Formats: sequence, C-alpha cells, structure tokens
Amino acid sequence: MIGDYNNYLPEVSMSVTIGVPREVFPGEKRVATVPDVVEKVKKLGFGVVVESGAGDGANFSDDAYRAAGAEIAGNAAELWAKADMVFKVRGPTTDEVGLIREGQTLVSFIWPAQNPELMQQMAARKATVLAIDSLPRTLSRAQKMDALTSMAGVAGYRAVVEAANAFGRFFNGQITAAGKVPPAKVFIAGAGVAGLAAIGTAANLGAIVRANDTRAEVADQVKSLGGEFVKVDYEEEGSGGGGYAKVMSEGFQQAQREMYAKQAADVDIIITTALIPGKPAPKLITADMVKSMKAGSVIVDMAAEQGGNCELTEPGQAVVKHGVTIIGYTDLVSRLAKQSSTLYANNLLRLTEELCKTQKEKGDGTFDVNMEDDAIRGLTVIKDGEITWPPPPIKLAAPPPPKAAMPPPAPKGHGHGAGEPASAKSLAITFGLGALAFLFVGAYAPASFLSHFTVFVLACFVGYMVIWNVTPALHTPLMSVTNAISSIIAIGALIQIAPPLTGAAEGRADGLILGLAVLALALTAINMFGGFAVTRRMLAMFRK
Amino acid sequence: MTSSLATVSYIGATILFILSLGGLSNPETARRGNVFGIIGMTIAVLATVFGPRVTPAGYGWIIGAMAIGATIGLFAAKKVQMTQMPELVALMHSLVGLAACLVGFASYVDTSIEFTGAEKSIHEMEIYIGILIGAITFSGSVIAFGKLSGKIGGKPMLLPGRHWINLIGLLIVIWYGREFLNAHSIADGMVPLLVMTVVSLLFGIHMVMAIGGADMPVVVSMLNSYSGWAAAATGFMLSNDLLIVVGALVGSSGAILSYIMCRAMNRNFISVIAGGFGTGGGAVAAKGDGEPVGEVTPISAVDTAELLREAKNVIIVPGYGMAVAQAQHTVFEITQHLREKGVNVRFGIHPVAGRMPGHMNVLLAEAKVPYDIVMEMDEINEDFPDTDVSMVIGANDIVNPAAQEDPTSPIAGMPVLEVWKAKTSIVMKRSMASGYAGVDNPLFYKDNNRMLFGDAKKMLDEVLVALKS
Repeated sequence: MIGDYNNYLPEVSMSVTIGVPREVFPGEKRVATVPDVVEKVKKLGFGVVVESGAGDGANFSDDAYRAAGAEIAGNAAELWAKADMVFKVRGPTTDEVGLIREGQTLVSFIWPAQNPELMQQMAARKATVLAIDSLPRTLSRAQKMDALTSMAGVAGYRAVVEAANAFGRFFNGQITAAGKVPPAKVFIAGAGVAGLAAIGTAANLGAIVRANDTRAEVADQVKSLGGEFVKVDYEEEGSGGGGYAKVMSEGFQQAQREMYAKQAADVDIIITTALIPGKPAPKLITADMVKSMKAGSVIVDMAAEQGGNCELTEPGQAVVKHGVTIIGYTDLVSRLAKQSSTLYANNLLRLTEELCKTQKEKGDGTFDVNMEDDAIRGLTVIKDGEITWPPPPIKLAAPPPPKAAMPPPAPKGHGHGAGEPASAKSLAITFGLGALAFLFVGAYAPASFLSHFTVFVLACFVGYMVIWNVTPALHTPLMSVTNAISSIIAIGALIQIAPPLTGAAEGRADGLILGLAVLALALTAINMFGGFAVTRRMLAMFRK
Repeated sequence: MTSSLATVSYIGATILFILSLGGLSNPETARRGNVFGIIGMTIAVLATVFGPRVTPAGYGWIIGAMAIGATIGLFAAKKVQMTQMPELVALMHSLVGLAACLVGFASYVDTSIEFTGAEKSIHEMEIYIGILIGAITFSGSVIAFGKLSGKIGGKPMLLPGRHWINLIGLLIVIWYGREFLNAHSIADGMVPLLVMTVVSLLFGIHMVMAIGGADMPVVVSMLNSYSGWAAAATGFMLSNDLLIVVGALVGSSGAILSYIMCRAMNRNFISVIAGGFGTGGGAVAAKGDGEPVGEVTPISAVDTAELLREAKNVIIVPGYGMAVAQAQHTVFEITQHLREKGVNVRFGIHPVAGRMPGHMNVLLAEAKVPYDIVMEMDEINEDFPDTDVSMVIGANDIVNPAAQEDPTSPIAGMPVLEVWKAKTSIVMKRSMASGYAGVDNPLFYKDNNRMLFGDAKKMLDEVLVALKS
C-alpha cells in the first residue's frame, strides 16, 4: 500500500480531527458541514472542530454545531492548527494556503486545471489534497460523493426561482374569474444535471418547458421530467465523454442558432446551462435573439462564470437590456446556502466513509487515502506534497486482478444459445471421444443393437434441437410434460403383462412377472395422467 | 392389429411427442403441445395394447392398473398447489425410476425370449444399466422430494470422503456387472443384480443428500433427464424403438435444462453433482475480508406503498420466499393496482429463482400475472438504471452484487439481476440471514436499498392496504 496515512499516526490510534473553517470568499454563504452531519462524522470516530461563524451564512449557529458535538474554534488560524483534515467549499485563498500544515489533508473544490498556481502552492506545503470536483463521475459508486451534481441540482432549482422572481407573470396557466392566464413558456438550453433540475422545477410550477441538448441521449430524461425535447435539425452526436458535451461542427451550430432564434421569439424565459469543460461557455443567445424576445422576458445565464451563454450577460449581475432581464448571478448555489451546504456536507460524509473503508476497526477515527481505489485515486490531486493530477484513466468495471496460478476459465456453452462457440480444442476432444465410442460400438455390437442405437442417437439430437427453443418461462411445464411423456415406459410394462407365449416360455415365472408389470403399469399411469393433467392446469394459467 | 401397423402407430406417436416438446417454445402453442403429448401417449398405449405383443388375457389387468394409476394421478394433479410443483415433479420422477426398475427385473426373469451370444450379453447389460439408472432416479427423486417439501433439511449432507464412497460404489457396480454377465442361470444373476440395485439406491440417496437447496433446480432437471435415460435403457432392453426415442428426447431435454440452470449459476455441472455448495464446508471460509460493512435501512410497509405509488417504473424480482409465503396473489393485486394507476410494473425472473426451472413463472401465471410483463433476466437487466423502484420478494443470492463486484465471493461470476441499479431497491426478507449459498449480500447495505422485514405475504398485504387507502 502506498503511503498509508495510519503510518503517520502514533501506534496508539489517535482519532483524527476534522476542521471546518468559515468560507472567506466574498459572497460565499455555504459551509462544508452541517450539524446533522457533524453527529454522523463523530460516530465514525472523528473529532470535529468548526470555526466560529462558519455556518452563519447558511443559518447554522455556533450553538447548533456545539449541540451536535463539534468544538468551536475562535479563528481560522486556531482551526487550521487543530485540524488534521480540513473540509472546505471553495479552494483555499493564498492566506489559507499559508495555514496548511505538512501532512494535513484538505478536501474542497479545487479545479486543478484552472488553478495550476494554487496547486503548486499547496504541493509546497506537503499536504494531501482531495479535489471534490475531480471525482470520477462515471463510477456509479462515486455518485453519492458527487458534489458537482448536487450543487448543479441546487443551481438549476435556484435559476428557476430567480427567473420566477424577475418574471411578471404566473408560471402555470389558469382560468380565473378575472380571465384566462396563459402558462409561461420556458426554454432550457443544456440538459445536464442543472438543466434537468431546472426542467423539473419549472414543470412543477406549471410552465410549458422545452429543452435542448447536443447529446441526443438525454431526450428521454427531459421527457421524464415533464419537458419537451427540441431537436436541432442536423445529424451529429455531441457526447464528449464523462457526461459532458463537446464542441460541435459549424453546420450543426448554424442549425442550432436557427432553432434558438425561433425559440427565443416564442418563449418567456430562457435558462442556459451550456458548458464545455476547459473552454469558455458557448455563446448560444445573441443580442439579436434577446431583442426578439417579448418585453418582460427573463434569461438566466447559469454559465455566467465561464463567460455566459448569452452575449449580453454581465457576470454576477442582473441587468435589463431590450426589456429583457438577464440574470448572470454566479452564486446561485450560495443563494440557497442551507440546502447546498446540507447536500455538500452529505457528499463529504460519504467521502469520509469511503476513506474509512480500510480502517482497522470501525469508528477508530482514522482514515486512509487509498490510492488503489479508483474513486479516491481520482479525487486525490496532491498526495503528501506530490501532484498526482491528472489521474490515470480509470478502467470501468475493472476486471478482478488476474491470478497467475489460475488457468483461464474453461470455455462455456457448447452448441446453441451459448455466447461463444466452443474452442477448437474442446471441439476436437469431443469429436475424438465420440468417434472412439462409435468405433467401439461398431466393433462389438450386433446388428440388431445398432439399429436401435441409430434411433437413440438421432433422437438425442432431435431432443437437443427442440429443447433449446423452449422459452425459460415454460421450463416447469416442460419438465412436467417430459415427465408425463417419460411414462412411455408403460409400454415396457404392457408388453410384459400378457405376451403371446411360444413354446420356449416353459418355466417362465408368470405370476412374478405379471405382478411386477402390473405394479409398474399402475405407477406409470399415475405419472402419465397426473403429468399431463398438471401440465394442462399450468398452461391454462399462462395468459397475456 | 398387425406388427407393421403397431410400428407405424409408434412413428406417429413419436412425431406427436416431438411436436409436443416443440410446442412449448412459447405460451401460445404450449397448450396445443400438451394436447399433442396426450394424443401421442394414447396412440402409443392403444397400439401396444392391441398390438401383437399383448394378448387379450391381459386386458383386465391393464385396465385395472391404469384405472388405479389414473385416479391417483388425476387426483394429485388437481389437488397440488402451484407452490408444491417442484415436489410433485420430483415425486413423479421417482415413479418412473421405480417403474424402470420393476420392468427391468420382470424382463430379466422373463425367459420367453431367448438371446444368444453377443445379443445375450448386450441384453443383460441393458437390463443391468436400465435398473441402475432406474434405481438412482428413484431414490434420488425421493430424497429430492423430501428436501423440496421440507421433510429433509435443505442443507447439504457431506459425509467425509464422499467422493471415495461414490468411487467404491462405482467399482462395486462394475464388479457385480461382470459377475452378472457371467452368471449362467437367473438365480445366479439375481444376487449381483440385487446388490447393484441396493448400491444404486444408496448412491442416489447420497448424491442428492449432498446437494444444497440452492442447487435444487439443477437436481430436479437432472432427475428428469435420468428418468428419460431410464426409459431409453428399457427401450433397448425390450427392443422397442418408441421407448428409445422418447427416452432420448426426455433425457436430452433434462440434460439441457440442467446445463441451462448450471450456466445461470455460473457453475460447473460436475461441481453441482459433486455437491457441497451451501451453508457448510468451504464456502464459509471464502468469506472474511470481503464482508460488506455498513448499516441497513429498514422501511415500513406504508413507506413502501408510498415509494411504489410515486414510481413510474417498477420491477419486481420474486424468489423462493414468495413461493413459501404464498404471496403471489397479493403480488398480483399490487401489480394490478399500480398498473391501473399507470405505473409500469414488470417482473424480472432469474433462471434459478425458486426450486425448479421456471418455478416463478408458474406461480405468477397462477396468480394471473400476464406473461408479457414477466421478463427474463437478460431481457430486463439493462432496464434497471431507468427503474424507480425494484422490489425483491424473498430472493437473495440471485440479486447479490457480490457476484459481480467481489471476485473472491463463492458466487462470483454468477449472473444476477442488477436490482441495485434502480433508484431505490426494496428487499423483503424475514431476517438478515444469508441465502442458500451462505454468502452475505452487500445489496442490503447499499445506500439506495431499503429492507422491509417480515413475512412476504403479511407485508405485501399491508402494502396493498396502504396503496389502496
């Protein structure tokens, strides 16, 4: 195992303290843990220390944390000094980097690709850093830790709420005594997590929701949330791996612009969520499109931080241009601080549990950054001062480690229905054995036996061919019908009961044979009648 | 009826039997298939009775024996509950095995047909093998019946050195086979024949006793196969092609079924027959570090109803527990209720769910669940990610993610229903006990899994009440 964290601890297991500082980024109201989660983390055996005032923005008081069992640190310096592992929301500022101790572990949003300098600074502090944004999202096991998803969901919800706030009408259509109110039409560009959350929220408010995404496969998800998927009239698949979209061709973009122009003129609210990783946000909504919108319409540009999907977006602001309110808030998540903090705290709790997986004893308050674990390997961007980002590509559904001593699994499935054809070797063996057996029979058996043998072998093959076609649902009736049919053995009993006797039959134990045969016949008759009757009863039940 | 006419009738009967099996390829034609089987059997019996090998002197005996058998058979077929189907089938196999033995003995003591030279040896060998298979089928089926009906515990009984015992048994059988062929009179041959019969009976008992409850579907289909081979051997013995053909059909059918079942459990046929899979022996030792950790989250019947009501797609995975609790009718009522509400309810059936091949299908059919919403594992597995609620009723090993995730697990590589990929999975179980394979199930500890503890029937009734309120 590479760098077991436990090695740095004294032999007598000392429980790790998790520190949660107050977020210092201007306007950031979230906090990396909430009282409920503090209790659960403590159950895992960790100590928790929270900086005074950390939860103020999200409406969690110091007292609430204290009640949950956390210790309250007076200031950031004290907190960073006490904590072995620090949970944060935003990546550390230069001041905060200065507080990082050697051997300390930091869990936070980092965005290593966008912040190479921050990475260098943190590496210099010889810390271990887990970037929650670097989680391999394609691992299904990682979903519970996926803070990007939970934050995007919050943002999508909030975007609709902001739109509703700025929009002068109802979302749902109503027929009232005072007249008919048409439903609002909402167009959502980009059906990622945020887009889908927005679709669901807007649809729940009663609006007519349309959505578009370059990835055609999300159409069903859009529909499932009550939205209508608007297709771009151009054939191209836009899936760029890892659940993100890629940059599309010029022809597609042209067709897409036409579609957007059409939608802009029609809808009341546009919410844009289109992002391409590592690139400025695509400009989907031009100034002309904004002009074509009805007065009082609203655009919420969720990509404002990356430059915006709308040409007229001013990041961080809500502005009115050409009678259209364009909301470019970059802190949508922070505007729902209590909710997003709770979700984020839960994501980190799951992460903590993953880190505890290898601990020797349940609840002993230690953890281990296990670099063998795909999820944790992806998260870890700095390990003991060494930059480990980007991680090697993970193999999905990693095969079990090959065991040297074990031979490859025997080929399965000869004949029909099986996946692969039998290997040439096993086929050769089968045929070889078969040929030997036939040779033996041919050499010794008399002719009368051979004719029966022919019938037997052919019948086996017919059975083999016929049975493969039987649907698995009917396996029980198949067994009961074959069972009934096997009472054909009655024939054997029948011909023994009273055969036409010739002279050779002297000394034949008539009574004994008759007794045996009659008993055998009675037994098979049970089978014959019972078998067919029960099959009939069963088959009568199968109905469409 | 002349000999030729009888033979032609036999050919007709053979064709009808093949059509009968072929008809089972889908539920639409299956009923017709059964009718073909009945007609074929009738023709075969009538052609024999009125054929050249039976004289009118025997008619009274024949009618009497058939009438007794028919009464018992029809009565049993009418009375049996669908959940008891595996037992009934096993019991019926034992009858075929016993009949094969009796016919074999009768044939041996019958001196009316003389054989000489190689033909005599072959005839005696056929008798010997016929009785051997018949006896194994008989005693094995009786034990299988006992295990399936709960009269004998489901755990495998593993005698020390059981493979040696089997080997010694085989050697005895071969040795006495030689003695039997060399015997000069019927009385001389009787001793080896009886010894062999006893050894075969013991072998049949021993073989099935060593097999765990989870492997029962394989055993039942294997015994089905044996009963076919017994009939085929009898056919050789009596020089009757119809018996040979039908025996071979049944034999190969059972063999294929066994093979399908083994593949569904990713197990080797030999290892199933060798037995010992289950709660005893090596399987437990293989656990240990792979043991899942975490907490299980219980759920109430009312909350289950709530989840179901709000779901769009539901997949129900039934197992043996549903059969035991006789819960299939309640399951259907819930299904019907949900479908009326527009919920897409489907069933996912694992090939080895229950105690015999296709067991679950029969139970669901009995409860009137339409067969087009009852899916096979391969058909439905990829739909789990789009499913809101997957409900597991009394199944364990067939939904165990360890089969895919933990290469050290005793069930590693066994295809399983991926219920954990649904948004929420609900497992109905009486307790946290592990399944027949004796493997702990990490599914129970997954975040999106809920446990509904209690008797399946009782809990489902509560769910139904909550759904309706």
